[in-house]
Amino acid sequence: MAIRVRVPTPLRRFTAGIDEVTAGGDSVRAVIEDLEQRHPGMRERLLDGSGELRRFVNIYLNGNDIRFLEQLDSKVKDGDDISIVPAIAGGR
Amino acid sequence: MSYVTSLKCRECGQEYPITPVHVCETCFGPLEVVYDYARIRKVLTRASIERRPENLWRYRELLPVDDGEPEMGPFSGFTPLLHARRLGAEVGLHKLYIKDDTVNHPTLSYKDRVVAVAITKAREFGFTTVSCASTGNLATAVAAHAARAGLRCYIFMPEGVESGKIVGSTIYGAQVITIRGNYDDVNRLCSEIADKYGWAFVNINLRPYYTEGAKTFGFEVAEQLGWRLPDHIVVPTAGGTILPKVAKAFKEFKELGLVEGSFKIHCAQAAGSAPVIAALHKSSDLILPVKPDTIAKSIAIGNPADGYYVLKAVRESGGWGEGANDAEIIDAIRLLARTEGIFAEPAGGTTLAVTLKLASQGRIKPDEMVVVSITGNGYKTLEAVANIIEQPVIIEARLAEFDALYERLPNGKRAVAGAA
Repeated sequence: MAIRVRVPTPLRRFTAGIDEVTAGGDSVRAVIEDLEQRHPGMRERLLDGSGELRRFVNIYLNGNDIRFLEQLDSKVKDGDDISIVPAIAGGR
Repeated sequence: MSYVTSLKCRECGQEYPITPVHVCETCFGPLEVVYDYARIRKVLTRASIERRPENLWRYRELLPVDDGEPEMGPFSGFTPLLHARRLGAEVGLHKLYIKDDTVNHPTLSYKDRVVAVAITKAREFGFTTVSCASTGNLATAVAAHAARAGLRCYIFMPEGVESGKIVGSTIYGAQVITIRGNYDDVNRLCSEIADKYGWAFVNINLRPYYTEGAKTFGFEVAEQLGWRLPDHIVVPTAGGTILPKVAKAFKEFKELGLVEGSFKIHCAQAAGSAPVIAALHKSSDLILPVKPDTIAKSIAIGNPADGYYVLKAVRESGGWGEGANDAEIIDAIRLLARTEGIFAEPAGGTTLAVTLKLASQGRIKPDEMVVVSITGNGYKTLEAVANIIEQPVIIEARLAEFDALYERLPNGKRAVAGAA
């Protein structure tokens, strides 16, 4: 399974500086688990103690905020595009 | 930076040096500038402030810039604060004040404040390209200040923004790129571009410095009221920058012994984009993103980055918040224009409409001092009111026609006779 995951600057220390990595899994949660296997340390940055997405992290699946879909249980398939973006940005 | 000591994560407290970074590496929380208030207290007094030119740099020890005369925004800030007597009389609020950023220099919105600070910082860091994700007011401000600074400028907007705002950025020489999507889509893309291209995005990688500029809105209110805090201040919320910083400004002035007393800060959102109000009314900390649908395009952010801090600031002060629908927003724009001669854009209409709701709920009493934050000029969003405003009457160039018309007009001869 090949899912493209775009990694923001603060997480690149776990991916040896690479900004886009590949992972597998059939849900966002599963993809995060797979990322943790390949790049240890990622999961703790994304999920809090109770396994939920941290407040200041946004995850987009094919351009859609997963908070509008099924959160971490959102279904993922081969060829999908995941983008991890810190929530802080804004001002009109 | 003479008085800034570090950047600090608002969530986990981790500290960082003064660099163009906006996100905590540990918890992704937002970073905030930390000041040495003990040293500031020695130099910043009412007298020292009053001697300075009437612009936002009046309070520069409380802004994250280096020593030396800031070159950006020499006429930005220190906008009028008016006692709105006619409006107040009509709505039953005797101490109603308008803080009028419709005339901020040079681009007629409160954004001139935050951008003057951000561009100053961008130059101090050595950036040569500045950029932003913006629906309008921020874009024109960045384009204008970048032009004055001689910096390259790229502006990213969602498609569908009012034409005046697109022209209002391109005219300064900025490269405008419109994106198929809404504001939040644009923001996400810009985070990725900021990462990759090493540009100064004023509201992303320069965000901790940028947001500090919003405090000047609050500093000025306190100074212009005669070195006192209002009982209430109502502030519009889009991304959540200005409200928490106005609260911080009041608190900093208290900490420095410049003012005393307490205040309530209230949040105003457009009903069609009110994720913070929804959380406030549910007594929840969790802000659920919404898809915006309102004429108040400048505050239509469905996923406010600082929404959590807006809730905190509102609750800490004992304030409240409401949403205003499109009809209420337009009515408020007209009311403000008709009674005080101030033409606000929909964000301003939103704030006034919400102020009236809070008053009708009894949360703002008739004799309490309340400041309504008007953050942008209506001339930049004519489309919002163009279709509902009365069309002019047409007559032939003959006096008899005018005489006949004047007899008929509701605000013509009959109105004058009635008043006599």
